[in-house]
Amino acid sequence: MSTTTVTTGTARPGRFGPYGGQFVPETLMPALSELIEAYDVARQDPVFATTYDALARDFIGRPTPLYHAAKMTAQVGGAQIYFKREDLAHTGAHKINNALGQGLLAQRMGKRRIIAETGAGQHGVATATTCAMLGLDCIVYMGEEDIRRQAPNVFRMKLLGAEVRPVTSGSRTLKDAINEAIRDWVTNVNDTFYIIGSVVGPHPYPTMVRDFQSVIGRETRAQSIAQVGKLPDAVIACVGGGSNAMGIFHPFHDDLSVRLIGVEAGGDGVATGRHAAPLSAGRPGVLHGALSYLMQDEDGQVVETHSVSAGLDYPGVGPEHAWYKDSARATYVAVDDVGAMAGFELLCRTEGIIPALETAHAIAYAAEYAATRASSECIVVNCSGRGDKDLSTVATRLGVTL
Amino acid sequence: MALIGWQTIGYPSIDESRTLVTALIDGGFDLIELGVPFSDPQADGTTIQRASFEALRQGATLGAALDTVRTLRAEGVVAPLILMSYYNPILSRGLARFAADACAAGVDGVIVPDLPAEESDDLIAAVEPVGIDVIFLVAPTTPDARLRAIAARARGFLYCVSLTGVTGARQSLPDDLPTYLARVRAFTDVPLAVGFGVSSPEHVASLRGVADAAIIASAIIDRMDRADPIDRAGPLRAFARELRVAADCP
Repeated sequence: MSTTTVTTGTARPGRFGPYGGQFVPETLMPALSELIEAYDVARQDPVFATTYDALARDFIGRPTPLYHAAKMTAQVGGAQIYFKREDLAHTGAHKINNALGQGLLAQRMGKRRIIAETGAGQHGVATATTCAMLGLDCIVYMGEEDIRRQAPNVFRMKLLGAEVRPVTSGSRTLKDAINEAIRDWVTNVNDTFYIIGSVVGPHPYPTMVRDFQSVIGRETRAQSIAQVGKLPDAVIACVGGGSNAMGIFHPFHDDLSVRLIGVEAGGDGVATGRHAAPLSAGRPGVLHGALSYLMQDEDGQVVETHSVSAGLDYPGVGPEHAWYKDSARATYVAVDDVGAMAGFELLCRTEGIIPALETAHAIAYAAEYAATRASSECIVVNCSGRGDKDLSTVATRLGVTL
Repeated sequence: MALIGWQTIGYPSIDESRTLVTALIDGGFDLIELGVPFSDPQADGTTIQRASFEALRQGATLGAALDTVRTLRAEGVVAPLILMSYYNPILSRGLARFAADACAAGVDGVIVPDLPAEESDDLIAAVEPVGIDVIFLVAPTTPDARLRAIAARARGFLYCVSLTGVTGARQSLPDDLPTYLARVRAFTDVPLAVGFGVSSPEHVASLRGVADAAIIASAIIDRMDRADPIDRAGPLRAFARELRVAADCP
C-alpha cells in the first residue's frame, strides 16, 4: 500500500475544511487516540504495506481491470465509457479493500473481537471474509429491514463464521446498525476493533477508509494512462457513505482536468423528500461522530431515508465529500429508484455485467452524461459491486416471482 | 450527597414529564437532568432509547425541553435544571440562539454526551457568557492526561461515567469505582457526580463518601413504566424518598 500525499484543505487532523471531527462519547476517545497512533505507525511500516499488497493481489485479486464498455458506449452515443471492475474483487465489491486493511490493523493491535455494521451486506460479507481468513471473531450488526431485503448476504456472513445481530431500533437500516455497533464498541472497547465500512464516523475512520480504498483510484489512474493514453475526463461513482467514490476520486484530487461526479440515491425523487441524498438536499449536521451533510428536520432530528438500494440508504455522507462539494472539487447529483433500475438493466443487456443496485445509480447517470459529451472524451465509472445480492429486489420490482 | 434525577422530555407526554420533574424534586432530588429526545441516541441503552423514540412520537424536541424549563421556573421551581442533549439538535438550532433561549428559559447547564472536550470550544464560547455551564463527562477509560485537560474545563460538576458501556440500570456497580473516583478527584475540586447504572438505594448508599452526587436516570424510567399510568408521580416521589434516605443516612 503506497500512500499519496494530497492536500485536502485539512487545517487540522481529521478535518476536511470544517467537516469531520470526533463527536463521540468520552469512553471512545482514548480508543480513537490508540487507533490513530496504531494506524500512523502501520502506514509507515513497510512490512504492513507488503502484507497488505500481497493479500490484495492473491486474496482480493487486485488489480481489478479497467474495461472499455464499447457496446454500451455505442448504444448511449458520446463519450467512451470505461468501468473500473471492483465487482470482480473477492466478495464482489470494493468493500474488501477496506475490510482487509482494517482487519490487518486489528490483528496488529492484538484486538481479536471484530464488530462491523452493514447495510447492503457487502461490508458485512467483506469483514466476515477477512475475519475468517485472519482468524478473528466477527459480529455484524444489520438492520432488520436490510436483513429482509439482503437475505443472500446474511447467509454468506453466517457461512463465513460471523454472528449477524439484527437491529430493531429506529428505521432498522444502516444508520441504526451503526448506532448499535457504536453502543457495542462503547461497552467492549478494551478488546474490540470496530471496522467501519465507509468513509464516515469519527477521525481517523474517514481518512483511514479513504486510504485503503484509494487503491481503486491509483490503479484507475495508471490504467487510464496505459490503456487510453491519457487521464479520464470524468470519473463517476455512486455515493452512500461514499467509500467507493472517495476511493476512486482521491488520487485524482489534484488532476483538475478530471471531473469528479458523485451520484446519490434519489429514492422516489429528491423533490418528494423520500430519498437518501444529503449532499443534494441536506444541510450540515453531526451524526455518527462527524460533521457533514445530513438529512435532518428543522429540529435537528435525523430523518428516515428511502432508496431501492440498501447500501445507499443512509442519511449522512463522508465528511470529505462534504468538503469536495463545498470546495467544488466534485459535483453531486441524484438518480432516483426508477433511473437506477434502468441503469441496472442497461448494463445487464449491453455488457453482460449484472451490477449492484448501488452501482446502478452511477451507471444511469453515466449514460445520461456520456450522451452529452464528445466521443473523444473518456469517462470512468466505478463499477463498485456486482448485483447477485439484489436479484430478489429486482425481481420484485419487475413483477417476477423467483 | 446530592441526588440528580432524570426526565426524558415528552415521555410519556410533554405535560406529564414536566409534572414528574416536580414530583422528583418534592421527593428529594436536588437537581434534574432533562433529556432532549434524539433520533440516534448512541450513548443510551434500551430504556432511554425507548423513552426517546416515544417522546419523538409525542413531538418533543429541544424546543419542548426549553418550554418545559420556562414553565417550571414560572411555577416556582428553583432547583438546578440541566439539559442533556446530543449535539445535533443544539447545532441545528444555532449555538447563539440556543444560548439565548436556554438562558431566557432558566437552564443552568448542558450535558452533551457526544461532544468531547476537543470539540467543545464553540459551545462553551456560546453559553458561558450567559452563565450556562457545559458539564463534561469522564469515563473509566479516560487516561490521566485527558482527565487533566477535561478537569481544566470542568464547570458545575464532573459527570463520572461509572462503567464502560451505555446508560441503563445495572444489578451492581463496578468494584473498582472508588479507585477510579479517587483518580479523578486528584485532578479537580469540582463535585464528582456518578452516573450510568446507578439504580437503587443500595447503589446510592455505596457512593456515600466516594462521590459528591449520584445520577439516577434509567431506573426512574423503569419505575415509571411499572407504575399505574394514572399515578406515576406517587411511585416516583416514593422512589426519590428512598434514594434520599440512602444518600443522607450514615
